[in-house]
Amino acid sequence: MHYESGVGHIGGNLSALDALLHLHHRAMGTEDLFILSKGHAAGALYVTLWSRGLLSEEDLGEFHGEGTRMSGHPPPRGLAGIPVATGSLGHGLSVAAGMALGRRIQGQKGHVWCLMSDGEWQEGSCWEALIFARHRGLENFTVLVDLNGLQGFGSTAEVASMEDLAGRIRGFGLEVLEIDGHDPEALDRAVRPEAEVILLKTVKGNGVSFMENRMEWHYLALDEEHYARAREEVESA
Amino acid sequence: MRNAACDSLARLYPRQPFLFFTGDLGFRALEPLREVMGERFINAGVAEQNMISVAAGASLAGLDSWVYSIAPFCYARPFEQIRNDVCLHDVALKLIGNGGGYAYGVMGASHHAIEDYGALLTLQHMHAFVPAFDEDVDPLVRKLAGFPHPAYLRLGRCEKPDGLELPPYAPWRRLVSGEGVLVIVVGPLVGGLVAALRGIGPEERPEVWVLSELPIESNAMPAPLLASLQRLRRVLVVEEHVAHGSAGAMLSRAFLSRGLALEAFEHACARGYESGTYGSQGFHRAENGLDAQSLMGRIRGLRA
Repeated sequence: MHYESGVGHIGGNLSALDALLHLHHRAMGTEDLFILSKGHAAGALYVTLWSRGLLSEEDLGEFHGEGTRMSGHPPPRGLAGIPVATGSLGHGLSVAAGMALGRRIQGQKGHVWCLMSDGEWQEGSCWEALIFARHRGLENFTVLVDLNGLQGFGSTAEVASMEDLAGRIRGFGLEVLEIDGHDPEALDRAVRPEAEVILLKTVKGNGVSFMENRMEWHYLALDEEHYARAREEVESA
Repeated sequence: MRNAACDSLARLYPRQPFLFFTGDLGFRALEPLREVMGERFINAGVAEQNMISVAAGASLAGLDSWVYSIAPFCYARPFEQIRNDVCLHDVALKLIGNGGGYAYGVMGASHHAIEDYGALLTLQHMHAFVPAFDEDVDPLVRKLAGFPHPAYLRLGRCEKPDGLELPPYAPWRRLVSGEGVLVIVVGPLVGGLVAALRGIGPEERPEVWVLSELPIESNAMPAPLLASLQRLRRVLVVEEHVAHGSAGAMLSRAFLSRGLALEAFEHACARGYESGTYGSQGFHRAENGLDAQSLMGRIRGLRA
């Protein structure tokens, strides 16, 4: 998809893909909602929704095209499995909290899951949302953070360090789990509705050697050679 | 108007339950609503970005939601949240901004809302409602309760002159008939103008309309208004809002689109803080030529 459409953001898609697939195939119930707050991982979400039968091959083929519903960030309205548009960081957590609150007040079943990036925590609204969620005791709500350590123009540590993110979030009164975000067993143990916040230690560009832990793959698009090498590595893994 | 809104929402709630969010504002005003609503009255704290997105999320989960704050904290601080989480989804969230225009007076520029509906109406699906009198608030609250799009309710201070017989609420209302120029006013400052016109004979008296719903394309212009425009052909638009994004700008475009051959079109609007000093709402209106005396001068000049 990314190669054919000539777009970037693939590094942060690959760091989040394992968690997205795990969530949608092993953790989420039929009445659950998922919000991708790190909307730049839309490609990984579309693939995940395709794997659930919610999108078709043709849909994926339209990714980033003209007249497509598959925009570079999740669109508002119209796509099953995407309850809210995202793309500007720092929104998803608050919207997810509102959905969890609304569901609780109405006595509705189902859990609300939200996946964020680590750089996203530089947005002040995330901390507003944490205060709100903790104060309201939203037990039908779990936050996952894709802790790949790299953002758009540097490492998170260099740009505006979030260290120790777990400790900072715990300071707001929430329980935090820290796991390997690419380990199926660790995901299986941790990604449960009882969890409040799960930090996923991930690798940007996971699964493609020349992309792994390289900041430039936040934005770079694949050329033909990159694509061939990446495909060979993924298929032989 | 805030008390009128509170009373109206308190009456509405038992019939049509909703969530109400406040950004830690409403002391000595919203307590009756909190009494009626219990846990559905949510003080979201001093965190307006989160408040808007949470309310959008609750609305998307099926709960009608209203959000209240001092006007600029309601639309300016969380503008992107309104844009993305509310308007792009056409969520029927209701924003109540207290203190439209210079209503917060000497509290200062941070508390004024002189670009509120102009900014908001740049967003998809958004509509703005500007009551002119306390009596307008209840019909507007009831209207908004069933309104299927995002909406902004701009509250001010009622300045209805004694003895004024108000026609029933409507988006467009003629408050004064006359044969002078045509004056179209947005918001409560129409009260002071109407009071100032008392004693002026019908030949010199302007015809005064009050406009309460924006964008103007939301409602057809009434036939009597169009007839008056064609007859009087000299128009003054008055509003406590900057020129950009204003009702005046919308009306001038509408008049041009209709091919109305006006002889004159003037706009009395907020210009900001030209002296760099602060005072009451009346002080700022006077500085911006929006007090009744200044408006009377504009009307006389337009008629000459």
